Amino acid sequence: MQMNRRQFFKICSAGLGGSSIAVMGFSPTAALAEVRTFKLARATETRNICPYCSVSCGVLIYSTGDKSKNSQGEIIHIEGDPDNPVNRGTLCPKGAGLRDMVQSANRLKWPEVREAGSNEWKRISWNEAIERIAKHMKADRDKNFVAQNKDGVTVNRWPTTGFLASSAASNEAGYLTVKTLRALGITALDTQARI
Amino acid sequence: MTNHWVDIKNADVVFVMGGNPAEAHPCGFKWVIEAKKNRKAKLVVVDPRFNRTASVADYYAPIRPGTDIAFLGGVINYLLANDKLHHDYVKAYTNASFLIDEGFKFEDGIFSGYDEAKRAYGKDTWKYQFDKDGFAKVDETLQDPNCVFQLLKKHYSRYTPETVSKVCGTPKDAFLKVCEYIASTAAPDRTMTNLYALGWTEHTVGSQNIRCMAIIQLLLGNMGMAGGGINALRGHANVQGITDFALYAQTLPGYLSAPTDADPDRATYLGKRTPKALRPGQMNFPQNFPKWFTSLCKTWYGDNATKDNDFAYDYLPKLSGASDVLSIFNSMYEGKMTGFFCQGFNPLASVANKKKVGDALAKLKYMVVIDPLATDTSEFWKPYGEFNAVDPAQIPTEVFRLPANLFAEHAGTFTNSGRVVQWRWKAVDGPGDSKDDTEIIAALFLKLKEMYAKDGGAFPEPIQKLTWAYAQPAKPSPEELLREINGKALADVLDPKDPTKVLVKAGDQLPSFAMLRDDGSTTCGNWIYCGVWSQAGNNSARRDPSDPSGLGQTLNWGFAWPVNRRILYNRASADLAGKPWDPKRPVLRWTGTAWGGNDVPDMRPDAKPEENVMPFIMNPEGVGRLFSRELMAEGPFPEHYEPFETPLDKNPMHPNNPKATSNPAARVYKGDMEAFGKAKDFPYVATTYRLTEHFHYWTKQSTINAIMQPEQFVEIGEELAQEKGIKAGDRVKVRSNRGFIRGVAVVTKRIKALDVDGRKVHTVGIPTHFGFKGATKPGFITNTLTPFVGDANTQTPEYKAFLVNIEKA
Amino acid sequence: MALQSLDIKQRSATTTPAPQARQTIEVAKLIDVSACIGCKACQVACMEWNDVRDEVGHNVGVYDNPADLTENSWTVMRFSEVEQNNKLEWLIRKDGCMHCADPGCLKACPAPGAIIQYANGIVDFHQENCIGCGYCVSGCPFNVPRISKKDSKAYKCTLCSDRVAVNQAPACVKACPTGAIQFGSKEDMKDYAAKRVTDLKERGFDKAGLYDPAGVGGTHVMYVLHHADQPNLYSGLPVNPSISPLVALWKGATKPLATLALAGVALGSLFHYVMKGPNEVSKEIEAEVEKEDAQ
Repeated sequence: MQMNRRQFFKICSAGLGGSSIAVMGFSPTAALAEVRTFKLARATETRNICPYCSVSCGVLIYSTGDKSKNSQGEIIHIEGDPDNPVNRGTLCPKGAGLRDMVQSANRLKWPEVREAGSNEWKRISWNEAIERIAKHMKADRDKNFVAQNKDGVTVNRWPTTGFLASSAASNEAGYLTVKTLRALGITALDTQARI
Repeated sequence: MTNHWVDIKNADVVFVMGGNPAEAHPCGFKWVIEAKKNRKAKLVVVDPRFNRTASVADYYAPIRPGTDIAFLGGVINYLLANDKLHHDYVKAYTNASFLIDEGFKFEDGIFSGYDEAKRAYGKDTWKYQFDKDGFAKVDETLQDPNCVFQLLKKHYSRYTPETVSKVCGTPKDAFLKVCEYIASTAAPDRTMTNLYALGWTEHTVGSQNIRCMAIIQLLLGNMGMAGGGINALRGHANVQGITDFALYAQTLPGYLSAPTDADPDRATYLGKRTPKALRPGQMNFPQNFPKWFTSLCKTWYGDNATKDNDFAYDYLPKLSGASDVLSIFNSMYEGKMTGFFCQGFNPLASVANKKKVGDALAKLKYMVVIDPLATDTSEFWKPYGEFNAVDPAQIPTEVFRLPANLFAEHAGTFTNSGRVVQWRWKAVDGPGDSKDDTEIIAALFLKLKEMYAKDGGAFPEPIQKLTWAYAQPAKPSPEELLREINGKALADVLDPKDPTKVLVKAGDQLPSFAMLRDDGSTTCGNWIYCGVWSQAGNNSARRDPSDPSGLGQTLNWGFAWPVNRRILYNRASADLAGKPWDPKRPVLRWTGTAWGGNDVPDMRPDAKPEENVMPFIMNPEGVGRLFSRELMAEGPFPEHYEPFETPLDKNPMHPNNPKATSNPAARVYKGDMEAFGKAKDFPYVATTYRLTEHFHYWTKQSTINAIMQPEQFVEIGEELAQEKGIKAGDRVKVRSNRGFIRGVAVVTKRIKALDVDGRKVHTVGIPTHFGFKGATKPGFITNTLTPFVGDANTQTPEYKAFLVNIEKA
Repeated sequence: MALQSLDIKQRSATTTPAPQARQTIEVAKLIDVSACIGCKACQVACMEWNDVRDEVGHNVGVYDNPADLTENSWTVMRFSEVEQNNKLEWLIRKDGCMHCADPGCLKACPAPGAIIQYANGIVDFHQENCIGCGYCVSGCPFNVPRISKKDSKAYKCTLCSDRVAVNQAPACVKACPTGAIQFGSKEDMKDYAAKRVTDLKERGFDKAGLYDPAGVGGTHVMYVLHHADQPNLYSGLPVNPSISPLVALWKGATKPLATLALAGVALGSLFHYVMKGPNEVSKEIEAEVEKEDAQ
């Protein structure tokens, strides 16, 4: 029996009648009492670190499945890692909402290009993206590379392509980035550290 | 942070200024509450707004944005005038007794050596007097008029409580109350921690704001102590790590200053960066610079870095000048850049003067965005009504957008503000075809390497010869990279005292940077991280939270750089004899044979107290600097200068010297000076900031955070609201000389008009966080308003103090 | 299981007594307003754990967002700026279900088993049984339950009965960055509160105290207030909350008797409805329902 509250009132004409009806077996459903099933039962737990501010709170990421071959894990919940000495299981409003960041409707899923003057994105393959970007880079580097400055000092720099590096990347990604960029001769390099 | 998050719980006074940790770092802020609960600590907040940190403070004082030096200079004066100093500490552990060059002068706001045309100082007089052995001269009585202590006294004697109140708008009694709290920690067994963030750095005098606190903490003897220190609360999850790894031009990993055009060869380069001790017997740790640098060259160029080729010195690019985010965008704006990469960075939103940034991007041939999210920057070419009024047809930039993974989707380390490096484990795969940053960088690099191998081109050697010994070249693993960062022995590392003794076997991971050599026999990708992955394994993944000292040091949790040290300068927590200043919170003590205690000593472990090796081992002086020599751009002592957009049109400290109105050494580009607004048109001081519900420009993409704070708003005080006929909930328009934004008015008692130099100054508070992309209500970008000028040392833009007007929209 | 939540103390509109034999710990959540920074981590943790999402609303000129409790926002922070003796205070209170020992909602509820009080003190809504009549709303002295427009059922904080059942603290408690929210046995929470009150008094808050109002038999969500003498400063926290006398009388003492006595009446009503269509609803109830529907 499905009723909204107004209909129920109309039936009963007085609230008290409702419980009386229920006693007589007209209750919408039986009077059970159980809590919601604990939703993390058998979820996979992974230890990670919150990617927002520099407190670096430990987080426990709960995902579906058990990492078996055919099971695609989906994050269902993220909460604080109680062992982490800094946050001791707590999280702030950003950290506590991390799941919505990971599953943001605005996550990028594939490489895209916006051609010169165009007003839209076009999906492209990784191969095409890497190929086209590398061509741009090489053309610019070959054209604008400065081997020696006007005083004849060897300077070996490529000043015309800039790079703003992520402050949310891991140390390992950052290290590989700086190692690579220095090898290319890039000097217009900065990060979010300042702002 | 010189200390670390948990250590805040050991403080007696928590002084928050230039930061708002309750909002920006809530989980770190818990340790402030713990200090209050368990040590009866007092929380003191100085801020233009009564913010969430202030809501739980024991004392709050208001201040006009951009006048922190006036306030802190007043504190310095108070401590000196009232003799609230930790005398033994000041005398032994600071350069108070050092004698300064007699030519050093300060006149009407300008230090000796100023070149107005260059907006820069010649610093010949900003130095010590030296004896015949090249050591700095000292006067241990601190009486010599040219000793740092006397110069400091003289410099700050002008910062009286009345002057502070006149400049800052802080009521005099409130200022004095704050001074009392601070001064209470001059006692050797009381400490104050200072928590600051971008509220200090984002000014044209940002670095000097922090220098003020360095001086205060040295005068109070709070450096090196548990519950003490100067603690920069850094912004992003890994901004500490990314800074350590030098993802910016001026340094190489581990804060090795990068080579410039003035360093034609390795010898010149090393010569300039390998200092000599300025006092006898000091550790002068930077003397090891050649070991750090050579190990880095060996890591990157392996067998191709040899003694004969100066360890591949020429493979490193040399800098010709400024190379910070403002200068990059300025040269882009001038049409001097071809390409640009944005990796996890949203500069259209986060760099000053959005219009200039957008116009600059439109002059590029190509732009590549590497990001997990569809950022505003990636769509700078797309019209979003008045939020982003552009015409795509007029923008020739080719824009690529590459999907990167988020934290949950790959393993690796982050370094927190307390320098603790922690390992993360991967939980799930990223969506669609997204890839790790490392894979994307590797793909681009390997493609270029292939193209250069095939077609040749400009100077291909460093590309071809860069070490790339990863098991899967296209997918360098975080484990491989962290091992590479740590470094290893290429040949047996021998004990210099006993060459028959092998300290590290060839091929082994190094245990610490003490093993690094300058002869090419060791590698290390970042010397300060050496030890993170030793022969014992991945120390960043250690997860033992035990805390035997109760101080919160947790030495077996993760790995703190350097060498797992948790409190920097910890030798200064003990007196000259090696006895802890506060026996209840001992960090380090001299055991009779070695330094020991509750931390890794910041001192040669066997340096006997009578050897007088001073605690600040990274300074060639061995002591902390009250006078910063030639190291800062605008002077060896911080001086108050007005923000570039000042509501006063003059510097009330130097009303008759227009040269000293704003920072005389700050760089201002052509066109930007003209874009500064004047008080007659823009009478209100604006300041921008974060809200606790959001993180920068990311969480606007997260539904749950958008629910918590859905829309751009602007905070104004009740008095200004009344003057302007604005009610809470009204739409308002805020204009600066660079553009306008609209938002909802929040009318509050928490921002008060201040009485400054005889006039009333209103502050307008503008949260950042919003934009035209995301789950929040589409809106303007706050940095449409901000001026394109930065700190004279770091070029951090002046987001915290500029001028606006406001009206009902 | 010390915090076991399935031991039932009482069920709405049910005359059979609940089993009483087992003795379990009474739990409580303590909200120390003096340590609360209003960061809304509790709001986010609540939504995230309970898989509800509110609308992305508007800023209405204050920090409060969402602006009020809803069927998807089971807790909200309420911000109030108070100036007393020239001192500004920003009093921020986490609002939500108080889990009263004597729950007005349960007393008022006519739907059997729609509201349960566990022996540990948690008052939980079982939407399966909820008929959406809104009596819980009228019965609540704290104006907490909200009726969903989507499914016409009442929702509110469950004190994370699902977490507590497996000996975990509620999501808001675990998240709280500053430890302003604590969770444990009610007795421990009172002891903890006493220490906080002492500390606050030392800091000059002479009237600091615990909010555990007797009018509803005490609550399983309590506050430490700096101004315990003026709870209404905290966005209108009731000074002396109690169940409406009407609900208390009607639904409390007389309900079991009345239920039997009126069974015939109700049956008559139903037959009347089925045969002849609806009667006029009492004007008073009608007005109340209209008012709440409009919210």
